[in-house]
Amino acid sequence: MNASSAASKVPVPDPVPVIDIRALRRRFTLGAEVVEALRGVDLRISAGEYVAIVGPSGSGKSTLMNLIGCLDTPTEGSYFLDGEEVHLLNDDQLAEIRNRKIGFVFQSFNLLPRASAVDNVALPLLYSGRKRAARRQAAVEALTRVQLGGRLYHRPDQLSGGQRQRVAIARALVNRPAVLLADEPTGNLDQKTGAEIVSLFEQLHRDGVTVLLVTHDHKLAERTHRQIEIVDGLIARDTGAGRAAAGAASAAG
Amino acid sequence: MPVLELLLTALDTLLANKVRAVLTTLGVIIGVLSVILLVSLGEGARLYLSETFAGLGSNLLQVSPGRRETKGFGAPPVGTIHKLTREDELALKRRGYALDGVTGIVNGGGTIRYQNRRRDTFVLGVGARFDEIRQMRVDQGRFFAEEDIDAHRRFAIVGRTVLAELFGDENPLGQVIKVAEGEFRVIGIMEHKGTTLGFDMDDLVFIPATTAMDLFAVEGFTNLLVRARDKANIEPALEEITDILRRRHNDLVDFTVISQDDMLATVNSIMSTMSLVLIAIASISLLVGGIGIANIMLVSVRERTREIGVRRAVGAKKRHVLLQFLLESVVISLLGGLIGLAIGALIIFAARLLVPGLPVQLSLNIVLIAVGFSGAVGVLSGVVPAKRASDLDPVEALRYE
Repeated sequence: MNASSAASKVPVPDPVPVIDIRALRRRFTLGAEVVEALRGVDLRISAGEYVAIVGPSGSGKSTLMNLIGCLDTPTEGSYFLDGEEVHLLNDDQLAEIRNRKIGFVFQSFNLLPRASAVDNVALPLLYSGRKRAARRQAAVEALTRVQLGGRLYHRPDQLSGGQRQRVAIARALVNRPAVLLADEPTGNLDQKTGAEIVSLFEQLHRDGVTVLLVTHDHKLAERTHRQIEIVDGLIARDTGAGRAAAGAASAAG
Repeated sequence: MPVLELLLTALDTLLANKVRAVLTTLGVIIGVLSVILLVSLGEGARLYLSETFAGLGSNLLQVSPGRRETKGFGAPPVGTIHKLTREDELALKRRGYALDGVTGIVNGGGTIRYQNRRRDTFVLGVGARFDEIRQMRVDQGRFFAEEDIDAHRRFAIVGRTVLAELFGDENPLGQVIKVAEGEFRVIGIMEHKGTTLGFDMDDLVFIPATTAMDLFAVEGFTNLLVRARDKANIEPALEEITDILRRRHNDLVDFTVISQDDMLATVNSIMSTMSLVLIAIASISLLVGGIGIANIMLVSVRERTREIGVRRAVGAKKRHVLLQFLLESVVISLLGGLIGLAIGALIIFAARLLVPGLPVQLSLNIVLIAVGFSGAVGVLSGVVPAKRASDLDPVEALRYE
């Protein structure tokens, strides 16, 4: 079975999931109307998993991604990220969690246009108070990891789309996060470049990085080892739920 | 979070939009420039006047005939008044313990002739102590002695300008000149004094005050110049003068005693008021400049919403974003302050070059004022935009197109 073969590829089975979400609800108040974007989501993802979150627009997929990325806080429910009770944290603490445990990759790269590749990649380290030399070294390492060791001082406008996305991935990796969160990472790329980025994600996964892709590209989703489909604020399908549930059960027992 | 890094970010942002930065800070440039010019002019003028007053001699009091209700200059004497006479002068000399020196002064003017040359100028009748009291000394020859005054001698001492005009290179000592049709023997030459308050202190002829009263047919001195023993004796001197003269004037205080400090205080208060008004005007341009910066900063926050989102996503706290934009606003404003300062310094330099002796100068105070004002404007105008930037919801900011 597909799911079991995915599980067999996880390097070290983790009894405590890196992402542990229980009965998560998120309500938005838009004027007089209350919209419930997530209506009770339970989700556990172990370290080293390679997961796709899919679903049509308006399904609550983006809301879930924002909550996992600690950019937003749930209305109800609990979220443990790498052992931290994220749902209890304040704004500053969330910023620290994002800094240490989350690496974001966006559809439109979101690089600082005037900063070199190294400076872009080093940006998260600026906010974790690392010294200048240490920041540089870590940034160079991260860029080398995404095969951009030769483009350290190029600005985004001197790089191709694929290279820009690699810089963004290096920025996401630079603080050695618990989760790499990519939102439509190939959406702005042509097919060939997109495929290169996908194989980079696969490489990172093989190196042990927990990768979460948010996409509505089913071809991309099928290359991951676990697909979670969100429909109407609930998980409609989870190809890896069995294994994750087993992990949670063993953790609870 | 190192402030230095955020400062570099702010500088980098400004370098990316040099023209915009300068245009943004134009109001601050003009504001700081006007503050600088006004303050330096005010300070220079005050300094100039202080120096001028100090140059008159120290611990001076001036006694003028007539009662004046307000201190300072001007105001005509009212009612029947006694003249200030030679006897008054002598009485002060004899009985004033707090007084160090007294000299009657008679202001006059006339035509000075020597051979076929002539010059119309001021003639000052003075006492024997005038040279010490007023800090105007004889360079060659001698000053008047007490017996010259008593004897109404027809002696004259000439200033440098008069000397050059009438005698050229000739030695004037012992020569006879005509002052307002009277004949006077030149016994001394005054040292060079230059210009004070626009008046050429070398374009003067001095004669004994008693002789001057004869010559100009007046019965009293124009005023009396008195020097107190020291600074602590200024008030006692004032009281003594008032007391002695009142007794001599039928118990009437029909004269006015002004101390040098009073004159200086009057001038200072006028200058301070002027400076305040000028600073108020300059402040308005700084205010307008600040509003300009706030406006552009708000636009900048809007433009960089995504950048803010990215920074928040990778771990920037609200205060980091706040500090970043606040620093940017301060840097823009300081840039304006420094440009204003540079232009101001240039103008002051040029003005001094074109008009030597112009009482304007650049002081440390002015530099501090420029930096202080522009920094304050930067902080004040940056608060609202920076607060808005830091309060952005990261999710919304990342989604912003």
